[in-house]
Amino acid sequence: MAMSKRRRATLSRRVQYALFIVIALVLAFAADWTELRRSFFDVETAREMFPNVLTVAFKNTLFYTAFGFAIAFGLGLVLALMKLSSVGPYRWLATIYIEFFRGVPALLVFIAIDTAVPLAFGIAFDTASKAGVALGMAGGAYIAETIRAGIQAVPKGQIEAARSLGMTPLRTMLTVVIPQAFRIVLPPLTNELILLTKDSSLISVVGLTTAQYELTKFGRETLSQNPTMTPILIAGLCYLIITLPLGHLSRYLERRTGGKKISTPESTGLGVSA
Amino acid sequence: MSDVVVEVTGLKKSFGPLEVLKGIDLSVNRGDVVCIIGPSGSGKSTLLRCVNLLEEPTGGKIVVHGTELTDPDVDIDAARTKIGMVFQSFNLFSHLSVLNNLTVAQRKVLKRDAKQAQEVALRNLERVGLSDKVNAMPNQLSGGQQQRVAIARALSMDPDVMLFDEPTSALDPELVGDVLGVMRQLADEGMTMLVVTHEMQFAREVADRVLFMDGGYVVEEGPAEQVIGAPQHERTQSFLARVLDPTHQGPSGS
Repeated sequence: MAMSKRRRATLSRRVQYALFIVIALVLAFAADWTELRRSFFDVETAREMFPNVLTVAFKNTLFYTAFGFAIAFGLGLVLALMKLSSVGPYRWLATIYIEFFRGVPALLVFIAIDTAVPLAFGIAFDTASKAGVALGMAGGAYIAETIRAGIQAVPKGQIEAARSLGMTPLRTMLTVVIPQAFRIVLPPLTNELILLTKDSSLISVVGLTTAQYELTKFGRETLSQNPTMTPILIAGLCYLIITLPLGHLSRYLERRTGGKKISTPESTGLGVSA
Repeated sequence: MSDVVVEVTGLKKSFGPLEVLKGIDLSVNRGDVVCIIGPSGSGKSTLLRCVNLLEEPTGGKIVVHGTELTDPDVDIDAARTKIGMVFQSFNLFSHLSVLNNLTVAQRKVLKRDAKQAQEVALRNLERVGLSDKVNAMPNQLSGGQQQRVAIARALSMDPDVMLFDEPTSALDPELVGDVLGVMRQLADEGMTMLVVTHEMQFAREVADRVLFMDGGYVVEEGPAEQVIGAPQHERTQSFLARVLDPTHQGPSGS
Protein backbone atom coordinates (compact mmCIF):
# COMPACT_ATOMS: atom_id res chain seq x y z
CA MET A 1 0.00 0.00 0.00
CA ALA A 2 1.65 3.21 -1.15
CA MET A 3 1.47 6.28 1.10
CA SER A 4 1.56 9.79 -0.24
CA LYS A 5 4.75 11.73 0.41
CA ARG A 6 2.99 14.00 2.85
CA ARG A 7 1.58 11.14 4.91
CA ARG A 8 4.99 9.53 5.00
CA ALA A 9 6.55 12.76 6.29
CA THR A 10 3.90 13.07 9.04
CA LEU A 11 4.40 9.47 10.11
CA SER A 12 8.17 9.88 10.18
CA ARG A 13 7.85 12.96 12.39
CA ARG A 14 5.58 11.09 14.84
CA VAL A 15 8.02 8.19 15.03
CA GLN A 16 10.82 10.63 15.84
CA TYR A 17 8.79 12.22 18.66
CA ALA A 18 7.94 8.78 20.07
CA LEU A 19 11.58 7.73 19.96
CA PHE A 20 12.61 10.88 21.81
CA ILE A 21 10.07 10.28 24.59
CA VAL A 22 11.11 6.64 24.98
CA ILE A 23 14.80 7.54 25.26
CA ALA A 24 14.05 10.34 27.73
CA LEU A 25 11.98 7.99 29.91
CA VAL A 26 14.61 5.24 29.85
CA LEU A 27 17.30 7.73 30.88
CA ALA A 28 15.13 9.20 33.62
CA PHE A 29 14.46 5.78 35.16
CA ALA A 30 18.00 4.50 34.72
CA ALA A 31 19.64 7.55 36.21
CA ASP A 32 20.74 7.66 39.83
CA TRP A 33 19.21 11.02 40.74
CA THR A 34 20.79 11.35 44.17
CA GLU A 35 24.22 10.72 42.69
CA LEU A 36 23.58 13.10 39.83
CA ARG A 37 22.38 15.78 42.20
CA ARG A 38 25.39 15.26 44.44
CA SER A 39 27.87 15.64 41.62
CA PHE A 40 26.15 18.36 39.59
CA PHE A 41 24.41 20.40 42.21
CA ASP A 42 25.76 19.74 45.65
CA VAL A 43 23.99 22.37 47.74
CA GLU A 44 26.66 22.29 50.43
CA THR A 45 29.45 23.04 47.93
CA ALA A 46 27.38 25.64 46.17
CA ARG A 47 26.63 27.42 49.44
CA GLU A 48 30.29 27.36 50.34
CA MET A 49 31.16 29.16 47.10
CA PHE A 50 29.00 32.18 47.90
CA PRO A 51 29.52 35.03 48.24
CA ASN A 52 33.16 34.80 47.13
CA VAL A 53 32.35 33.46 43.69
CA LEU A 54 30.64 36.77 42.97
CA THR A 55 32.53 39.27 45.13
CA VAL A 56 35.98 37.95 44.20
CA ALA A 57 35.99 35.61 41.22
CA PHE A 58 33.23 37.16 39.10
CA LYS A 59 34.50 40.64 39.86
CA ASN A 60 38.08 39.68 38.94
CA THR A 61 36.97 38.06 35.68
CA LEU A 62 35.17 41.28 34.77
CA PHE A 63 38.16 43.36 35.76
CA TYR A 64 40.76 41.28 33.88
CA THR A 65 38.52 41.22 30.82
CA ALA A 66 37.87 44.96 30.87
CA PHE A 67 41.56 45.69 31.35
CA GLY A 68 42.48 43.29 28.54
CA PHE A 69 39.81 44.71 26.23
CA ALA A 70 41.00 48.28 26.80
CA ILE A 71 44.54 47.32 25.83
CA ALA A 72 43.36 45.11 22.96
CA PHE A 73 41.18 47.91 21.57
CA GLY A 74 43.91 50.55 21.76
CA LEU A 75 46.46 48.21 20.25
CA GLY A 76 43.99 46.99 17.65
CA LEU A 77 43.18 50.55 16.54
CA VAL A 78 46.87 51.41 16.18
CA LEU A 79 47.60 48.16 14.31
CA ALA A 80 44.61 48.70 12.01
CA LEU A 81 45.80 52.21 11.12
CA MET A 82 49.33 50.86 10.61
CA LYS A 83 48.00 48.16 8.33
CA LEU A 84 46.22 50.79 6.22
CA SER A 85 49.25 53.09 6.20
CA SER A 86 50.83 54.12 2.92
CA VAL A 87 54.24 53.60 4.52
CA GLY A 88 55.44 50.06 3.83
CA PRO A 89 57.32 49.26 7.06
CA TYR A 90 54.25 50.13 9.20
CA ARG A 91 52.12 47.79 7.12
CA TRP A 92 54.70 44.99 7.35
CA LEU A 93 55.10 45.33 11.10
CA ALA A 94 51.36 45.27 11.66
CA THR A 95 50.96 42.25 9.38
CA ILE A 96 53.72 40.35 11.16
CA TYR A 97 52.24 41.14 14.56
CA ILE A 98 48.71 40.18 13.55
CA GLU A 99 49.71 36.96 11.79
CA PHE A 100 51.93 35.94 14.72
CA PHE A 101 49.44 36.54 17.51
CA ARG A 102 46.50 35.10 15.60
CA GLY A 103 48.55 32.00 14.91
CA VAL A 104 49.84 31.16 18.39
CA PRO A 105 47.71 29.94 21.31
CA ALA A 106 46.71 32.67 23.76
CA LEU A 107 47.88 30.34 26.55
CA LEU A 108 51.42 30.67 25.21
CA VAL A 109 51.14 34.45 25.45
CA PHE A 110 50.05 34.19 29.10
CA ILE A 111 52.98 31.92 29.92
CA ALA A 112 55.35 34.30 28.14
CA ILE A 113 54.03 37.32 30.01
CA ASP A 114 54.12 35.40 33.29
CA THR A 115 57.73 34.23 33.12
CA ALA A 116 59.63 34.67 29.85
CA VAL A 117 59.07 38.40 29.37
CA PRO A 118 59.98 39.36 32.96
CA LEU A 119 63.11 37.21 32.66
CA ALA A 120 64.13 38.63 29.32
CA PHE A 121 63.36 42.29 29.94
CA GLY A 122 63.52 42.54 33.71
CA ILE A 123 59.95 43.85 33.92
CA ALA A 124 57.83 42.78 36.85
CA PHE A 125 54.09 42.68 36.15
CA ASP A 126 51.51 42.47 38.89
CA THR A 127 48.76 39.94 38.31
CA ALA A 128 46.16 42.30 36.91
CA SER A 129 48.73 43.70 34.47
CA LYS A 130 49.73 40.18 33.41
CA ALA A 131 46.13 39.38 32.61
CA GLY A 132 45.51 42.71 30.91
CA VAL A 133 48.69 42.73 28.85
CA ALA A 134 48.45 39.09 27.79
CA LEU A 135 44.77 39.35 26.88
CA GLY A 136 45.39 42.70 25.20
CA MET A 137 48.30 41.44 23.11
CA ALA A 138 46.47 38.32 21.98
CA GLY A 139 43.10 40.03 21.47
CA GLY A 140 44.62 43.09 19.81
CA ALA A 141 45.54 41.03 16.76
CA TYR A 142 41.94 39.98 16.19
CA ILE A 143 40.52 43.42 16.95
CA ALA A 144 43.00 45.01 14.55
CA GLU A 145 41.62 42.93 11.68
CA THR A 146 38.04 43.74 12.71
CA ILE A 147 38.72 47.48 12.84
CA ARG A 148 40.64 47.41 9.56
CA ALA A 149 37.71 45.71 7.84
CA GLY A 150 35.36 48.29 9.38
CA ILE A 151 37.44 51.22 8.18
CA GLN A 152 37.61 49.76 4.69
CA ALA A 153 33.85 49.23 4.70
CA VAL A 154 33.24 52.99 4.93
CA PRO A 155 32.19 54.00 1.40
CA LYS A 156 34.83 55.80 -0.61
CA GLY A 157 32.36 58.56 -1.44
CA GLN A 158 32.32 59.59 2.23
CA ILE A 159 36.05 60.22 2.11
CA GLU A 160 35.80 62.09 -1.19
CA ALA A 161 33.04 64.29 0.20
CA ALA A 162 35.14 65.12 3.27
CA ARG A 163 38.23 65.89 1.19
CA SER A 164 36.20 68.01 -1.24
CA LEU A 165 35.15 70.14 1.74
CA GLY A 166 38.80 70.82 2.50
CA MET A 167 39.34 68.32 5.31
CA THR A 168 42.87 66.99 5.65
CA PRO A 169 43.38 63.22 5.50
CA LEU A 170 43.75 63.13 9.30
CA ARG A 171 40.66 65.26 9.89
CA THR A 172 38.72 63.04 7.45
CA MET A 173 39.82 59.97 9.35
CA LEU A 174 38.83 61.39 12.74
CA THR A 175 35.59 63.12 11.78
CA VAL A 176 34.13 60.89 9.09
CA VAL A 177 35.82 57.50 8.74
CA ILE A 178 36.39 56.34 12.32
CA PRO A 179 32.90 57.27 13.65
CA GLN A 180 31.30 55.37 10.78
CA ALA A 181 33.72 52.45 11.03
CA PHE A 182 32.96 52.25 14.73
CA ARG A 183 29.28 51.65 14.04
CA ILE A 184 30.15 48.97 11.54
CA VAL A 185 32.52 47.14 13.90
CA LEU A 186 30.37 47.36 17.03
CA PRO A 187 28.70 43.93 16.57
CA PRO A 188 31.92 42.03 15.75
CA LEU A 189 33.68 43.92 18.53
CA THR A 190 31.07 42.69 21.00
CA ASN A 191 31.88 39.17 19.86
CA GLU A 192 35.57 39.83 20.50
CA LEU A 193 34.62 40.91 24.00
CA ILE A 194 32.87 37.57 24.54
CA LEU A 195 35.98 35.72 23.39
CA LEU A 196 38.15 37.80 25.71
CA THR A 197 35.82 37.08 28.63
CA LYS A 198 36.35 33.38 28.09
CA ASP A 199 40.07 33.75 27.46
CA SER A 200 40.51 35.62 30.75
CA SER A 201 40.34 32.12 32.29
CA LEU A 202 43.86 31.54 30.96
CA ILE A 203 45.28 33.71 33.74
CA SER A 204 44.59 30.73 36.00
CA VAL A 205 47.88 29.19 34.78
CA VAL A 206 49.89 31.83 36.63
CA GLY A 207 50.26 31.89 40.39
CA LEU A 208 47.33 33.76 41.94
CA THR A 209 46.56 34.68 45.52
CA THR A 210 43.03 33.87 46.67
CA ALA A 211 42.04 37.52 46.32
CA GLN A 212 43.12 37.39 42.67
CA TYR A 213 41.12 34.28 41.74
CA GLU A 214 38.89 34.62 38.73
CA LEU A 215 36.05 32.25 37.91
CA THR A 216 38.00 29.35 36.41
CA LYS A 217 40.69 29.31 39.07
CA PHE A 218 38.06 29.71 41.77
CA GLY A 219 36.10 26.78 40.36
CA ARG A 220 39.17 24.59 40.17
CA GLU A 221 40.28 25.39 43.71
CA THR A 222 36.82 24.62 45.07
CA LEU A 223 36.81 21.43 43.04
CA SER A 224 40.07 20.25 44.60
CA GLN A 225 38.42 20.39 48.04
CA ASN A 226 34.95 19.19 47.05
CA PRO A 227 35.27 16.63 44.27
CA THR A 228 31.98 17.28 42.46
CA MET A 229 30.97 18.95 39.19
CA THR A 230 29.18 21.69 41.13
CA PRO A 231 31.92 24.37 41.32
CA ILE A 232 32.74 24.03 37.64
CA LEU A 233 29.07 24.25 36.77
CA ILE A 234 28.62 27.38 38.87
CA ALA A 235 31.70 28.99 37.37
CA GLY A 236 30.30 28.16 33.95
CA LEU A 237 26.94 29.75 34.79
CA CYS A 238 28.74 32.87 35.95
CA TYR A 239 30.44 33.13 32.53
CA LEU A 240 27.04 32.80 30.90
CA ILE A 241 25.78 35.76 32.96
CA ILE A 242 28.32 37.83 31.02
CA THR A 243 28.41 36.15 27.63
CA LEU A 244 24.72 35.50 26.93
CA PRO A 245 23.62 39.17 27.24
CA LEU A 246 26.65 40.24 25.21
CA GLY A 247 25.70 37.73 22.54
CA HIS A 248 22.18 39.15 22.42
CA LEU A 249 23.56 42.69 22.37
CA SER A 250 25.79 41.78 19.44
CA ARG A 251 22.90 40.32 17.46
CA TYR A 252 20.74 43.34 18.31
CA LEU A 253 23.43 45.77 17.13
CA GLU A 254 23.90 43.71 14.02
CA ARG A 255 20.22 43.93 13.19
CA ARG A 256 20.16 47.64 13.92
CA THR A 257 23.28 48.69 12.05
CA GLY A 258 25.10 45.92 10.24
CA GLY A 259 21.87 44.22 9.33
CA LYS A 260 20.99 47.16 7.13
CA LYS A 261 24.32 46.73 5.38
CA ILE A 262 26.31 49.52 3.87
CA SER A 263 24.38 50.07 0.69
CA THR A 264 25.75 51.90 -2.30
CA PRO A 265 23.51 54.72 -3.47
CA GLU A 266 23.68 53.32 -7.00
CA SER A 267 21.84 50.24 -5.87
CA THR A 268 19.19 51.81 -3.68
CA GLY A 269 18.95 55.41 -4.81
CA LEU A 270 18.81 56.30 -1.14
CA GLY A 271 22.33 57.25 -0.31
CA VAL A 272 24.39 55.67 2.39
CA SER A 273 22.38 54.41 5.30
CA ALA A 274 24.04 53.43 8.51
CA MET B 1 33.35 91.54 -15.92
CA SER B 2 35.30 88.57 -17.15
CA ASP B 3 37.63 87.39 -14.44
CA VAL B 4 38.45 83.74 -14.89
CA VAL B 5 37.54 81.38 -12.05
CA VAL B 6 38.64 78.07 -13.56
CA GLU B 7 41.43 77.81 -16.11
CA VAL B 8 42.39 74.38 -17.43
CA THR B 9 45.16 74.04 -20.00
CA GLY B 10 46.42 70.92 -21.74
CA LEU B 11 44.93 68.65 -19.07
CA LYS B 12 45.84 64.99 -19.43
CA LYS B 13 44.86 62.10 -17.19
CA SER B 14 45.67 58.42 -17.52
CA PHE B 15 44.55 55.47 -15.43
CA GLY B 16 47.38 53.04 -16.00
CA PRO B 17 47.69 52.52 -19.75
CA LEU B 18 44.26 54.07 -20.38
CA GLU B 19 44.39 57.74 -21.35
CA VAL B 20 41.05 59.23 -20.32
CA LEU B 21 41.79 62.90 -20.93
CA LYS B 22 43.96 63.69 -23.93
CA GLY B 23 44.53 67.41 -23.60
CA ILE B 24 41.63 69.53 -22.40
CA ASP B 25 41.47 73.31 -22.43
CA LEU B 26 38.68 75.00 -20.55
CA SER B 27 38.09 78.33 -18.97
CA VAL B 28 35.13 79.35 -16.87
CA ASN B 29 34.42 82.99 -16.10
CA ARG B 30 32.80 84.30 -12.95
CA GLY B 31 29.07 83.71 -13.06
CA ASP B 32 29.27 81.30 -15.98
CA VAL B 33 27.31 78.08 -16.05
CA VAL B 34 29.14 75.53 -18.17
CA CYS B 35 27.57 72.14 -18.87
CA ILE B 36 29.65 69.19 -19.97
CA ILE B 37 27.82 66.55 -21.96
CA GLY B 38 28.96 63.43 -23.74
CA PRO B 39 28.69 59.66 -23.80
CA SER B 40 29.75 57.63 -20.79
CA GLY B 41 33.47 56.98 -20.75
CA SER B 42 34.16 60.23 -22.57
CA GLY B 43 36.09 61.58 -19.57
CA LYS B 44 33.65 64.27 -18.46
CA SER B 45 33.48 63.12 -14.82
CA THR B 46 37.24 62.69 -14.72
CA LEU B 47 37.65 66.26 -16.00
CA LEU B 48 35.36 67.55 -13.24
CA ARG B 49 37.16 65.52 -10.57
CA CYS B 50 40.48 66.93 -11.76
CA VAL B 51 39.25 70.48 -11.15
CA ASN B 52 39.39 69.89 -7.38
CA LEU B 53 42.16 67.33 -7.64
CA LEU B 54 40.10 64.35 -6.48
CA GLU B 55 41.88 62.89 -9.48
CA GLU B 56 45.54 63.79 -9.86
CA PRO B 57 46.19 64.98 -13.44
CA THR B 58 49.02 63.32 -15.35
CA GLY B 59 49.74 66.48 -17.28
CA GLY B 60 48.63 70.03 -17.89
CA LYS B 61 47.72 72.89 -15.63
CA ILE B 62 44.69 73.76 -13.52
CA VAL B 63 44.23 77.19 -11.98
CA VAL B 64 41.22 77.92 -9.80
CA HIS B 65 40.69 81.45 -8.57
CA GLY B 66 44.36 82.27 -9.07
CA THR B 67 45.68 79.20 -7.27
CA GLU B 68 47.53 76.69 -9.39
CA LEU B 69 46.27 73.31 -8.15
CA THR B 70 48.80 71.38 -10.21
CA ASP B 71 51.66 73.08 -8.36
CA PRO B 72 53.12 70.34 -6.10
CA ASP B 73 53.43 72.84 -3.22
CA VAL B 74 49.79 73.93 -3.31
CA ASP B 75 47.73 73.75 -0.10
CA ILE B 76 45.08 71.61 -1.72
CA ASP B 77 42.87 71.49 1.36
CA ALA B 78 42.68 75.27 1.54
CA ALA B 79 42.00 75.47 -2.19
CA ARG B 80 39.21 72.91 -1.98
CA THR B 81 37.26 74.98 0.55
CA LYS B 82 36.64 77.40 -2.33
CA ILE B 83 35.48 74.64 -4.72
CA GLY B 84 32.12 73.11 -3.88
CA MET B 85 31.48 69.61 -5.14
CA VAL B 86 28.20 67.74 -5.54
CA PHE B 87 28.39 64.02 -6.24
CA GLN B 88 26.17 61.68 -8.18
CA SER B 89 25.71 59.55 -5.05
CA PHE B 90 25.15 62.53 -2.67
CA ASN B 91 27.72 61.28 -0.14
CA LEU B 92 26.12 62.92 2.86
CA PHE B 93 27.89 61.90 6.06
CA SER B 94 25.58 59.12 7.11
CA HIS B 95 26.39 59.35 10.83
CA LEU B 96 25.58 63.06 11.09
CA SER B 97 22.27 64.93 11.07
CA VAL B 98 21.49 67.32 8.25
CA LEU B 99 22.57 70.28 10.39
CA ASN B 100 25.87 68.66 11.33
CA ASN B 101 26.50 67.69 7.72
CA LEU B 102 26.34 71.39 6.94
CA THR B 103 28.34 72.65 9.92
CA VAL B 104 31.09 70.05 10.39
CA ALA B 105 33.45 71.37 7.72
CA GLN B 106 32.65 75.00 8.55
CA ARG B 107 33.74 74.40 12.13
CA LYS B 108 36.64 71.97 11.62
CA VAL B 109 38.07 73.49 8.43
CA LEU B 110 37.02 77.13 8.31
CA LYS B 111 37.14 77.36 12.16
CA ARG B 112 33.82 79.16 12.34
CA ASP B 113 32.23 79.09 15.77
CA ALA B 114 29.18 76.91 16.31
CA LYS B 115 26.71 79.79 16.24
CA GLN B 116 27.97 81.27 13.01
CA ALA B 117 28.22 77.85 11.35
CA GLN B 118 24.65 77.11 12.29
CA GLU B 119 23.43 80.43 10.91
CA VAL B 120 25.15 79.78 7.60
CA ALA B 121 23.79 76.23 7.54
CA LEU B 122 20.21 77.30 8.19
CA ARG B 123 20.42 80.00 5.53
CA ASN B 124 21.63 77.51 2.93
CA LEU B 125 19.11 74.89 3.98
CA GLU B 126 16.44 77.48 3.32
CA ARG B 127 17.91 78.16 -0.13
CA VAL B 128 17.34 74.51 -1.06
CA GLY B 129 13.90 74.47 0.57
CA LEU B 130 14.64 71.99 3.35
CA SER B 131 14.53 74.08 6.52
CA ASP B 132 12.16 71.55 8.08
CA LYS B 133 14.72 68.73 7.72
CA VAL B 134 17.39 70.36 9.85
CA ASN B 135 17.42 67.57 12.44
CA ALA B 136 16.76 64.64 10.10
CA MET B 137 19.32 61.93 9.46
CA PRO B 138 20.36 61.41 5.82
CA ASN B 139 18.74 57.96 5.59
CA GLN B 140 15.38 59.51 6.48
CA LEU B 141 15.46 61.68 3.35
CA SER B 142 14.55 60.90 -0.23
CA GLY B 143 17.29 60.93 -2.84
CA GLY B 144 16.21 64.35 -4.08
CA GLN B 145 16.27 65.77 -0.56
CA GLN B 146 19.68 64.24 0.13
CA GLN B 147 21.07 65.82 -3.01
CA ARG B 148 19.67 69.22 -2.06
CA VAL B 149 21.25 68.88 1.40
CA ALA B 150 24.51 67.99 -0.34
CA ILE B 151 24.22 71.19 -2.39
CA ALA B 152 23.53 73.20 0.77
CA ARG B 153 26.55 71.57 2.43
CA ALA B 154 28.81 72.66 -0.41
CA LEU B 155 27.29 76.17 -0.41
CA SER B 156 27.93 76.54 3.32
CA MET B 157 31.64 76.79 2.59
CA ASP B 158 30.98 79.92 0.46
CA PRO B 159 32.67 78.47 -2.62
CA ASP B 160 33.80 80.48 -5.66
CA VAL B 161 32.70 77.71 -7.98
CA MET B 162 30.43 74.70 -7.73
CA LEU B 163 31.14 71.40 -9.46
CA PHE B 164 28.22 69.06 -10.14
CA ASP B 165 29.04 65.49 -11.12
CA GLU B 166 25.87 64.05 -12.69
CA PRO B 167 23.82 65.31 -9.72
CA THR B 168 20.52 63.81 -10.90
CA SER B 169 21.68 60.49 -12.38
CA ALA B 170 20.98 58.50 -9.20
CA LEU B 171 17.53 59.99 -8.66
CA ASP B 172 14.09 58.65 -9.38
CA PRO B 173 12.65 60.58 -12.35
CA GLU B 174 10.06 62.47 -10.31
CA LEU B 175 12.72 63.81 -7.91
CA VAL B 176 15.02 65.19 -10.61
CA GLY B 177 13.03 68.40 -10.96
CA ASP B 178 13.57 69.52 -7.36
CA VAL B 179 17.33 69.29 -7.70
CA LEU B 180 17.44 70.94 -11.12
CA GLY B 181 15.22 73.69 -9.74
CA VAL B 182 17.71 74.43 -6.97
CA MET B 183 20.56 74.42 -9.49
CA ARG B 184 18.70 76.79 -11.80
CA GLN B 185 18.08 79.13 -8.89
CA LEU B 186 21.79 79.03 -8.04
CA ALA B 187 22.63 79.87 -11.63
CA ASP B 188 20.20 82.78 -11.55
CA GLU B 189 21.89 84.07 -8.39
CA GLY B 190 25.14 84.22 -10.34
CA MET B 191 27.00 81.17 -8.99
CA THR B 192 29.83 79.94 -11.17
CA MET B 193 28.97 76.36 -12.06
CA LEU B 194 30.56 73.47 -13.90
CA VAL B 195 27.99 70.75 -14.46
CA VAL B 196 28.42 67.27 -15.88
CA THR B 197 24.93 66.21 -16.85
CA HIS B 198 22.67 64.16 -19.06
CA GLU B 199 19.80 66.61 -18.64
CA MET B 200 19.78 68.24 -22.07
CA GLN B 201 16.79 70.39 -21.26
CA PHE B 202 18.61 71.84 -18.24
CA ALA B 203 21.81 72.39 -20.25
CA ARG B 204 19.87 74.11 -22.99
CA GLU B 205 17.97 76.44 -20.70
CA VAL B 206 20.51 77.23 -17.99
CA ALA B 207 24.00 76.83 -19.45
CA ASP B 208 25.88 79.79 -20.87
CA ARG B 209 28.15 77.35 -22.63
CA VAL B 210 28.05 73.64 -23.42
CA LEU B 211 31.02 71.35 -23.96
CA PHE B 212 30.57 68.11 -25.83
CA MET B 213 33.25 65.58 -24.91
CA ASP B 214 34.05 62.29 -26.56
CA GLY B 215 37.06 60.00 -26.33
CA GLY B 216 39.01 62.28 -24.00
CA TYR B 217 38.70 65.41 -26.14
CA VAL B 218 36.40 68.41 -26.21
CA VAL B 219 34.78 67.84 -29.59
CA GLU B 220 32.52 70.83 -29.69
CA GLU B 221 32.05 73.88 -27.54
CA GLY B 222 29.79 76.89 -27.70
CA PRO B 223 26.53 78.46 -26.59
CA ALA B 224 23.90 75.94 -25.53
CA GLU B 225 21.61 76.86 -28.41
CA GLN B 226 24.34 76.08 -30.90
CA VAL B 227 25.84 72.88 -29.43
CA ILE B 228 22.53 71.26 -28.51
CA GLY B 229 20.25 73.02 -31.01
CA ALA B 230 22.44 72.97 -34.10
CA PRO B 231 25.51 70.77 -33.50
CA GLN B 232 28.24 71.02 -36.13
CA HIS B 233 30.15 67.82 -35.53
CA GLU B 234 28.92 64.46 -36.68
CA ARG B 235 29.70 62.84 -33.29
CA THR B 236 27.76 65.52 -31.41
CA GLN B 237 24.84 65.07 -33.76
CA SER B 238 24.68 61.30 -33.33
CA PHE B 239 25.07 61.58 -29.52
CA LEU B 240 22.28 64.12 -29.25
CA ALA B 241 20.05 62.14 -31.58
CA ARG B 242 20.46 59.11 -29.34
CA VAL B 243 19.85 61.07 -26.14
CA LEU B 244 16.99 63.26 -27.33
CA ASP B 245 15.16 60.70 -29.42
CA PRO B 246 16.19 57.27 -28.14
CA THR B 247 13.22 55.36 -29.59
CA HIS B 248 14.01 56.18 -33.20
CA GLN B 249 17.55 54.90 -33.20
CA GLY B 250 19.10 51.63 -34.27
CA PRO B 251 20.80 49.56 -31.56
CA SER B 252 24.23 51.15 -32.07
CA GLY B 253 23.03 54.56 -33.18
CA SER B 254 23.84 55.28 -36.80
